[in-house]
Amino acid sequence: MAQTTAPAELADTQLADPVQEASARTLMETLRCVVCQGQSIADSDATMAGDMRALVRGRIRAGETPAQVRDWLIARYGDYITYDPPLSAATWPLWLAPLALLAVGAWIARASFRRRS
Amino acid sequence: MIAEAGLAALWLAASLALLQLALAAIGLRAQRNADELLVAVRPVAIVQGALAVVAMLLLIVLFQQSDMSVKLVATNSHSAKPWLYKVAGAWGNHEGSMLLWVTILGLAGAAVARFERQLEPRTLAATLGAQGLIALGFYAFLLFSSNPFERLSPAPRDGQGLNPILQDPGLAFHPPTLYAGYVGLSVAFSFAVGALVTRDVGRAFARAMRPWVLGAWVFLTLGITAGSYWAYYELGWGGWWFWDPVENASLMPWLAATALLHSVTVLATRDGLRAWTVMLAVVAFSMSMIGTFLVRSGILTSVHAFAVDPERGAFILALLLLYIGGALALFALRVGTVREGTTFELVSREGGLVANNLLLSVILGIVLIGTLYPIVAAAFGVQLSVGPPFFNKAAGPIALVLVVVMAAGPLLRWRRDKAGEVVERLTWPIAAAVFAFAALVAFATPIGVLPLLGLSLAVGLAVASVAPLWKRDLRRTPLFTWGMVVAHLGLAVSLAGMACDSAFTAERLVALRAGEATRVGPWRVSFAGLSPVIGDNWSGLQARLTAERDGRTRLLFPQSRTFADPPTVTSESAIATVLDGQLYTVLGAADGQGRWQLRLWWKPFVTLIWLGGTLVALGGALSLVGRLRPRRREAWT
Repeated sequence: MAQTTAPAELADTQLADPVQEASARTLMETLRCVVCQGQSIADSDATMAGDMRALVRGRIRAGETPAQVRDWLIARYGDYITYDPPLSAATWPLWLAPLALLAVGAWIARASFRRRS
Repeated sequence: MIAEAGLAALWLAASLALLQLALAAIGLRAQRNADELLVAVRPVAIVQGALAVVAMLLLIVLFQQSDMSVKLVATNSHSAKPWLYKVAGAWGNHEGSMLLWVTILGLAGAAVARFERQLEPRTLAATLGAQGLIALGFYAFLLFSSNPFERLSPAPRDGQGLNPILQDPGLAFHPPTLYAGYVGLSVAFSFAVGALVTRDVGRAFARAMRPWVLGAWVFLTLGITAGSYWAYYELGWGGWWFWDPVENASLMPWLAATALLHSVTVLATRDGLRAWTVMLAVVAFSMSMIGTFLVRSGILTSVHAFAVDPERGAFILALLLLYIGGALALFALRVGTVREGTTFELVSREGGLVANNLLLSVILGIVLIGTLYPIVAAAFGVQLSVGPPFFNKAAGPIALVLVVVMAAGPLLRWRRDKAGEVVERLTWPIAAAVFAFAALVAFATPIGVLPLLGLSLAVGLAVASVAPLWKRDLRRTPLFTWGMVVAHLGLAVSLAGMACDSAFTAERLVALRAGEATRVGPWRVSFAGLSPVIGDNWSGLQARLTAERDGRTRLLFPQSRTFADPPTVTSESAIATVLDGQLYTVLGAADGQGRWQLRLWWKPFVTLIWLGGTLVALGGALSLVGRLRPRRREAWT
């Protein structure tokens, strides 16, 4: 859905420095648009997403690292804002799941192989 | 009258589904003289399917006639809708899409009843009984909580219209294709239940089930490929996969079906992986139902959740628990009677297929856990999001290992092989992958690790996938071998497209006045100005863009559309497709100073993603024909 009001500066304008723009872009793809339904701020027409893009680009231009910008956003909006859940008491089972699944899968698969004598 | 006839057809179909279940259950319990009962299950299943089709057609007629006295039509259509969207609008909403679901379910059951000739009669009756039980639950869901034929009194003068995002040819093809895949897996599920009931898990069962799994898988592949392209051009930001819960809901059955169609081959060829194959058949359809639950219950926020209702979620959840729980309980009771299948050598074709199943199942597990995790966390009061970074990090590396297994698998011998000889057979694919890797590191601009490995492995896989044809008489190569080659090659092509898109896309976001120009990738794009456009039920503005590259020009007209019913503004991207990629253009908002926002992307080789997906589906279709043909020849002689 296209927005009807004029977008904030930097919402849809790239940073002059391509390295900064690339890191801003990578970060934006991991941030959730809080008013949309399951879209990142990099893929959304919502005004709110545009404002957040402007904020990310502005802070990166001012010299902050993507990690600093992300931490600031998490401190302000909570873990909900990032699609890349930080490791915490609530998320370690999620991050451990792939390894656990591999281990369990390998153990099950073992049964279908002939035992070597 | 038409709405009442549709409702009557649904009630009749539901009664026949009950009859289908009862005949099979009584026939299988009776000690003797029950053959008539078992034989009668077939015509009942066929008529049940036909009635569901009648109900669906009647709903389409109601949408076609814009009968606003029907609540569903009034809330989801409008008399000014173009013809195609009146037809497709019938399933662009909750009730209609559930009716489409049971219609395809009924058709699938009817097709099994009509065409299945390999299965032992008792197992077939049990299969159709299971199919009747599934249908019964979903008929109940429609009739008691989602009646598509409900009347509205007084009838409004006109309808509220269809969500404009759905007003796209994609709506006509994407849901029916995907549903055919989802529901096709119900047949595999019913086969598994039938075989467990009659203790008949073996090679004949695997051969009978395989075409159904292949068919469902082809539809799922096509549905996902088409849906991805639809989202790509419709959402207007150049993305083609968002790890959105509803996308995951279609990916999970596909992953399970992919594992199933490989394990069913082991069962059919070598009589191994018996219990595992039955388990996968249960899991595959469970994933379809979980997908339906996730989409229809409104439990997840998603770009796709255009018609949801939390209260109905409870109904689907109950059905889900009943069917999956029932099937798993039956599995637990009977798994002891499923004789242990043949075991294998580690280095063998069977070993490769077990690795395939292991890795696909792990990816499936990751997608399932990642999709459900936020819901579980929310239940404990923790708000968090799981999205692309998690899935890429967790599933990406495993997917790349799977690509290596895919390259080696078809070059392995059945029963027993030697590791040294396998590596020798893989000389050319390995050389190609190493060459691609070196060339990318040496000449391309620095790219991420995943795209770099993805592109290199895609090149290796492409070479490896055609290797089974080397030194073979191509005219005598069986069709299912061609199918495998084409499907594996398609995956390599698609992977290359994904890697190229994430590695080489050039972006230009810019505000221009009429007459100004900008550059994106190798293109020079000039903005000639805006002109008004009028559609059937919308009006809007379109930008006139001229894109130049190496002296050749392309014209593009990205639009901003304003719909009246319901009032919405959408942006329509304009895409120029050339041999080596796509130029993707979107018209944004005005900045109030005479400039217009434009979003431009040059996406080298992005089209390979969907070309590859189409090849994968084509490969599946070739295999399907190859598997069905010899059987027919036997029937003729």
